[in-house]
Amino acid sequence: MQLGAAHVSHRYGPLPVLDDVSLTVATGEVVAIVGPSGCGKSTLLRILGGLERPSAGRAETAGAPPEGSLNPVTFVFQDFALLPWRSVAGNVRLGLEASGLPARTIDAMVADALVRTGLTDFAKAWPRQLSGGMKQRVGIARALAVRPAILLMDEPLSALDAQTRALLMDDLVRLHAGGDIGSVYVTHNLDEAVRLADRIIVLSRRPGRVRAEIAIAIPRPERRMDDPVLARHAAGLWDLIRDDAAAADRELADG
Amino acid sequence: MAEPAEVAFRGDLLTPRTRRWAGVLALIGLIGLWQVGSSTGALDPVLAPSPAEVWQALAGMARSGELWQHVAASLGRLAGGFALGATAGIVFGLAIGLSSLVRSPGVALVSALFPVPKIALLPLFIIWFGIGEGSKVATIAFGSFFPTVVATYAAVDGVDRSLVRMGRAFGLSAGAIVRKIVLPGALPGILAGLRIAASIAIVLLVAAEMIGANRGIGALVLAAGNLMQSDRLIAGVVMLSVLGLCVAGVLGYAERKLTDWR
Repeated sequence: MQLGAAHVSHRYGPLPVLDDVSLTVATGEVVAIVGPSGCGKSTLLRILGGLERPSAGRAETAGAPPEGSLNPVTFVFQDFALLPWRSVAGNVRLGLEASGLPARTIDAMVADALVRTGLTDFAKAWPRQLSGGMKQRVGIARALAVRPAILLMDEPLSALDAQTRALLMDDLVRLHAGGDIGSVYVTHNLDEAVRLADRIIVLSRRPGRVRAEIAIAIPRPERRMDDPVLARHAAGLWDLIRDDAAAADRELADG
Repeated sequence: MAEPAEVAFRGDLLTPRTRRWAGVLALIGLIGLWQVGSSTGALDPVLAPSPAEVWQALAGMARSGELWQHVAASLGRLAGGFALGATAGIVFGLAIGLSSLVRSPGVALVSALFPVPKIALLPLFIIWFGIGEGSKVATIAFGSFFPTVVATYAAVDGVDRSLVRMGRAFGLSAGAIVRKIVLPGALPGILAGLRIAASIAIVLLVAAEMIGANRGIGALVLAAGNLMQSDRLIAGVVMLSVLGLCVAGVLGYAERKLTDWR
């Protein structure tokens, strides 16, 4: 399955945030979107996921979703968005409850998602008892449970400390090893982008336009944090973004 | 370097500690002091009967069954009025919180009627529902309704929108979002509103029972006052305190049970 944006432009009232952005992502692929703050990265992701209607252009899918997929395009949120009154298992179950599947099948799917994210021992815990990293693992388990083809990840590691981020990054690399899931990964962290993505799309300052698209040739599982090629990629990205980021930093919030 | 000195500690904050026994001791101490005052004759027995006399009055009424008649009458009115008002309040509050159709008209209506002291409506309710139970239950229901409405729609407004968006992103229907996200998210706020509503309901209960009732704790207190029976009067007040504590206890228990995830 493929998910894409076709000539998407968006404005909030008089404020243009996206200008003619096109991209596609296919199952098995990770596309990172980077850019200075306020460049419309998160808006683009919400448009791709159908949570927001673009002012012009459209989000589109091509190809059939994988068999048994309950929610082919699924979000992982920066703030986790867990229901505090549901246990870990209850949160993972949420997206399966309206599926009409027999309860035993749902139980098995929840258990499977918990195993894949290493959460089995925490099934009965409340969200408030979990560290940030475990909360995001619940977010990922909840997304995996509905058998997605494409994950839309909005800064999924930004609320976590650096060490937890490194651990979760390893999880995300493993998650994409099977080749049955594609992702759009929005981040402001260039190291995360070069570690995870097959392609990196650089957006300009508001209104966001596609400034560059960079492919990373090293296979994902072989990438090391200290790889000089990856470091050069990250430095190159920073050269592209730096001036825009500096300008965005000096902009007043109300435009 | 000179002799090292310890850095002065300045991390203590205003953090009063809870000591259960001190609370119990304060109550016992006050009653003891009161009893001593009565026994030594420092307190006029007509104006301020001793705790022992109040206890005797209470025990006497309990033995004769009179007390239970008053308590039962009050409890019936309170439960009926509060259940009506709180249920209607939650339903209406949810409608304001969820429907653009109801929101503005509903808020206008609630804002206009909320400041009216509900006891002022008792004469009107007597005209409408008669001097019997109807007018009393209606006053209590009306009084419990408003704080519940306001708390409910504020609680619905306060539900984290990112959770609602998450529900949408996972394909939940509007009904499922209300049931699984909005209602549980608003529950703590609704329960806080019910506490306030319950305390207002007790005030209105007593006031309504002082106007045209033969049974009920409010009627007992008023009648005792008219006859200068200050021991029975204070016994009635003690029962009101117990009633208030019981209601708060029940609501507190429900709150702990329903929001054990917090």
